[in-house]
Amino acid sequence: MSTHSITTQKVNFKVFRFNAGDDYLPYYEDYSMEVTSEEVVLDILNRIKWDLDGSFSYRRSCRHGICGACAIKVNGRATLACKESMSTIINIFGTDLTIEPLSIKRAVKDLIIDKGDFWEKHDAIHPFLISNIDEHPDMECAVTPAQADELNDADLCIQCGACHYACPVVEINEDFFGPAAFAKAYRFEADVRDDAHVTRLTELHEEKQGLWDCVKCFECAEACPKDVNPIDKITKLHQMLFKEGVATSNVATRHAVGFKHSIAKHGVLDEGGLVLYSEGPAIVKHIPVALKMLRKGKIVMPWAIPKSDNLDEIQKLIKSSSTVKF
Amino acid sequence: MEKLKYALFTGCTAKQSTPEQLMSTYAVANKLEIELIELTEASCCGASHLQDYDDFLSLVLNARNIAYAEKHGLTMVTICNTCQLNTAMTKHRLDNNAELKAEVNEKLNEVGLEYKGTSLVTHFLYAIIDDFGLDKLKEMVVKPLSQFNIAPFYGCHNIRPSELQNETHRTKENPYNPTSLDDLIIACGGKNVDYEQKNKCCGFHVELQAPHTAAVLTGNAIAGAVDQNADWMVTPCPLCHLKLDTQADHASKAIGRDVELPVLHMQQMVGLALGCSTEELGLKHHIAEVNFI
Repeated sequence: MSTHSITTQKVNFKVFRFNAGDDYLPYYEDYSMEVTSEEVVLDILNRIKWDLDGSFSYRRSCRHGICGACAIKVNGRATLACKESMSTIINIFGTDLTIEPLSIKRAVKDLIIDKGDFWEKHDAIHPFLISNIDEHPDMECAVTPAQADELNDADLCIQCGACHYACPVVEINEDFFGPAAFAKAYRFEADVRDDAHVTRLTELHEEKQGLWDCVKCFECAEACPKDVNPIDKITKLHQMLFKEGVATSNVATRHAVGFKHSIAKHGVLDEGGLVLYSEGPAIVKHIPVALKMLRKGKIVMPWAIPKSDNLDEIQKLIKSSSTVKF
Repeated sequence: MEKLKYALFTGCTAKQSTPEQLMSTYAVANKLEIELIELTEASCCGASHLQDYDDFLSLVLNARNIAYAEKHGLTMVTICNTCQLNTAMTKHRLDNNAELKAEVNEKLNEVGLEYKGTSLVTHFLYAIIDDFGLDKLKEMVVKPLSQFNIAPFYGCHNIRPSELQNETHRTKENPYNPTSLDDLIIACGGKNVDYEQKNKCCGFHVELQAPHTAAVLTGNAIAGAVDQNADWMVTPCPLCHLKLDTQADHASKAIGRDVELPVLHMQQMVGLALGCSTEELGLKHHIAEVNFI
C-alpha cells in the first residue's frame, strides 16, 4: 500500500494581468489559495479562471508536456505549466509566487504573448530537411543509431519558447535568432541526410543575428522543459562552422582561434595579446579602458606575460591533439 | 578539523588583469589556514571559446590540468567561474565516457600523464562553504561588515548548468534562487541585497563581438544593485568582476543612466571581515574606487 500522502499549503500568487484592448499598463492581481502537493502550475491557472475570474487568459492545450502551449514564467523561471509540479516551485521559491507571461513586453492578454518573433526566427533557419532525394530509390536511406543519437535530443524541442524568452540576448538584440532556432538548426545540421549544411551554417554565422552573439549564460539550458540543452547545440554549431570551413575571419572567430595561439605560446592566456589578435586595428577603441587598467596595475606588459611550467608538454599536446585548422 | 589543502588552479585572469583576486585568495587562505598548492603547470581552460573552436583539444588541455591535481592527490580549487565550468565539464564528460577518456589519455600519455578521475574540482567559494563551513567562518570574523548593503553577483558559470554544479558541490544551488553568496555575505556580517539581476549574465563573453549586448547586461546588473541601495557588489568570478568594474562607463551609456559601484571579489569581502589589510587584499587595483574602508 502506498504511504504517499497529499499535503496542502497556502500559497500567495501575484498574477500578471493585461488586456491590450483595454489596458494602458499591466497590473498584478493577488490570489491566495490552498495548493495541494499533487497539483501542477496549470491546475492553479485553471482554478483562477474557473473559480475566481473567468476573464483570466492563458494558453493551454495537450496537458501532456508535448504541445508547448502553456509555457509561462513563475518567479522569473520559465515553466511549462502542465509539467511543473507546484511542490517543485514551492521548494525553490517558497509560497509567495509571481506568475507572468514568458515575455512581458510581448503580452497580448494576461499570460498570452505574441510569439511572432519566435516563429519568424524559427522559419529563418530553414527548419526542414533539404535533400536531393531520389523519389524512387532502390533502397532505404539508412541512418545508423549513432547518427540518430547525434540529433535525438534536439528533435525533442516542442517550440514552447521557454528558452527563447529566457535568453537575455533575445531581450536586447531583436535580430538574434535565439536558442530555440539554433537548436532547430542543429537538428538538421546533424542530420546526415541533409544537403544544406553550408547554406544553413552560413546564415547562422552572420553577425548580430547569429551564433557568435550567444553570451554563454546557460539560461536556455535551464529553461528548457525537454532537456534539449540549446547551448550545447550552439557550441556544436560553432564547431561545425570551423569544421565545414564556413567560419570567416571576424572578431568572434579570431577570438576563439586566438586562445589556441596564446596557449601554444604561453600555456596561459595573454589577455592583451588576445584582444589585439581578435580586434586587429580596432583595438584602439579599447585604449581608454586599457589606460585606466594600466593605472590600476591591471595590465601585464607583453614581455612579462606569465608562462605555464612544462610549456613544452602543452605545445606537444596542441600539435598532436588539434583537430581543427583555421 | 584537519587542515584543508587544495591544488589551486589560478586561471589566467588572476595572474594578469585581476591581480588583487590572487592576492586576496592567498590572504584569506592564510587566515583560514587553508593550504594552497599552486598548479604552475596548468594551462588556460579555454574559457568556453577554445571549446567553440576545437572541442577535443580543450578536453585534452583541461584533463592535463586535472591530472596535475591528481598527481598531488588533492581536490582542485578554482577561483574563476568559467575555469570552474570548463574544468568540471571536462571531468564530467571523461568520467562518464570511457571511450572519450581513453582517447584523451592516449594524448596525455605522450607527455607522461594520465587522467584518472580521482581529483574533485570545486570553486573556492564552495570550498569555504562546503569544506571550511560558514559557522566556523562566522566565529573568525573580527570586522563584521554590518554597515554595508552588499549585492551578490553570482556569475553564470558557477550556477548553470545546475546539474553539473550540483554534481560538483555539496551546496545545492538553484540557479533561479541561489543562496551561497548571500549566505557568505551574512556570515561576514553584511546585509545581503536581493535584486533581480544577481543571477544574470554580465555579458563578458561577447564583450568583443557584441559590445552593445554586453554593455546593456553589465549596466542592468549594476543598476539593479544600485536601485536596491547596495553599497557595493561582490562576485566569485574575476570575469564578472572585470566587466562590472572596468566597463561601467560603456554600460552607463548603453542603458542611459550613470551607474557605478565598487565590485569586490568574494575573497576580498571575506578578507575584510577576517581583518586582512587593504594592501593584502589589493583594494587599490579597482577602477571603481573602493573608498569606503
